[in-house]
Amino acid sequence: MDYVIHLLILIGIFSILGLSLNLVVGYTGLLSITQAAFYGIGAYTTAILMRALGMNFFLSMLIGIVATIVISSIIGTVLSKFKDDYYALGSFGFNIIIYSVMLNWQGLTRGPLGLPGIGRPELFGLILSENGAFLILVIILTVFVFLLSQAITRSSFGRVLMAIREDEKVIQVFGYRTHSYKLLIFIVSAGMASIAGSLFASYITFIDPSSFVLMESIFILAIIILGGLANNKGAVLGAIIMILLPEALRFVGFPTEIAAQMRQVVYGVLLIILMIYRPQGVMGNYKL
Amino acid sequence: MSLLSTHKLKKIFNGVSAVNGVSLSFEPGKITSVIGPNGCGKTTMINLITGMMPFDDGNITIGEHTKIDNMPAYDVATYGITRTFQQPRLFEQMTVLDNILVVLTERNVFKSLFERHDKYHIDIAEKILRRVDIFEKKDNLAVNLSYGQRKLLEIARVIAMGERTDGESHILFFDEPFAGLFPEMVKLVSSILKELRDEGKAVVLVEHNMDLIRELSDHVYVLDAGEHLAEGTAKDVFSNRGVIEAYLGD
Repeated sequence: MDYVIHLLILIGIFSILGLSLNLVVGYTGLLSITQAAFYGIGAYTTAILMRALGMNFFLSMLIGIVATIVISSIIGTVLSKFKDDYYALGSFGFNIIIYSVMLNWQGLTRGPLGLPGIGRPELFGLILSENGAFLILVIILTVFVFLLSQAITRSSFGRVLMAIREDEKVIQVFGYRTHSYKLLIFIVSAGMASIAGSLFASYITFIDPSSFVLMESIFILAIIILGGLANNKGAVLGAIIMILLPEALRFVGFPTEIAAQMRQVVYGVLLIILMIYRPQGVMGNYKL
Repeated sequence: MSLLSTHKLKKIFNGVSAVNGVSLSFEPGKITSVIGPNGCGKTTMINLITGMMPFDDGNITIGEHTKIDNMPAYDVATYGITRTFQQPRLFEQMTVLDNILVVLTERNVFKSLFERHDKYHIDIAEKILRRVDIFEKKDNLAVNLSYGQRKLLEIARVIAMGERTDGESHILFFDEPFAGLFPEMVKLVSSILKELRDEGKAVVLVEHNMDLIRELSDHVYVLDAGEHLAEGTAKDVFSNRGVIEAYLGD
């Protein structure tokens, strides 16, 4: 049972990441490969504040969101000037910078040693140390992020995002200041990713920079490409598939010494097949 | 009185003048046509006026005094200027209805977050789609439309800009709206242009079909190699020797 709860918690955390990235990549068409950086900023903010000040998890999560909003608005201002491939490369660079900071600002992050002993959330004197209770928190926050994404994408704002994705120059002719839209959705997306980071830090109780590398951003991108671009349910479905698939592959019976590599191979093959036969993903509404 | 005028507008691409000191003026309640051989700078003029492209010299004036020189496109739009594209540039992976709704909705970033497409907007959008006769395609993705339907959706977006409640467009540029349309559709589009004119809009038509120019234009400008060659009624300019030479060669 504990194993199932563990998987459900991971699915929740990665659903939040998928939903957040889908707003930028699926709806707005900006190929951002930096979601793990904001995920990491959320995780580190929570870890540091809870360890150093014994701060309450929920407060640390809010501060994490604020920190991410500040940092993402600076980065987003720069990135909003780019489009297409340049946007992808710029965002890519930002992920590497944040990773380097995590790795080298030893006074704050302890670098590669990571931060152990991060506490569990505490609510009205009730500590959610039981995984079952923690899962409830994850579900509540995942549902919150899902509903927020739905509200955004179904609003007039959401329709403008899609128009930017289709032809930014034309939607400008119709009177929209597109860079404000691109910046705002980038910030919202980063703030959501930071929630996932706080949950992750508190759940695993240990973080190090290796959880927030570029590969992780690509993993999150794979979630939404697989599940469905520009579809919020698709993002959740993608998280479910990407978390459960390696678990399922455990029972395929690859020899233990190559099992890990074989999983990577299966991922890769799956993505290639998908790109050929269903480029918008399982439930997607948009082809890259 | 003119609604929009350009004064000695100039645009140079890599040392070549695409538009060389062109002064045009567009009046409300009239269809003004801009004609000329391919590459004479008609589409470039529209790009300069709508802010899609910066220009090198000259002025663009709204009404009597308001200068909109080298303003970004999204600001130009607030002065009621809008356009179609010669090669349709639709929001391809969006439905036909959404292509219209996005033109009608709130321009303020934060307000738009809290706006849903209510019945009011949908009613206007559906009325416009009926007017250009692509209503039955409203739930299709724009990418699946035929060429003629794409041109009609371009026109529908411009009509939608003209129906906006907060700041309707009244200077409408149509860049070859008839190209590739069936005869029935040509009739439909020309009647729409006349209706827009009768509503008091300044309609600007870039077109090659001389019969349509004769039928629709109140005033015609002829450009050649980026320069102003002639102007007047359709009858005047088509009997102008310079115009005939520009079209038929020496």
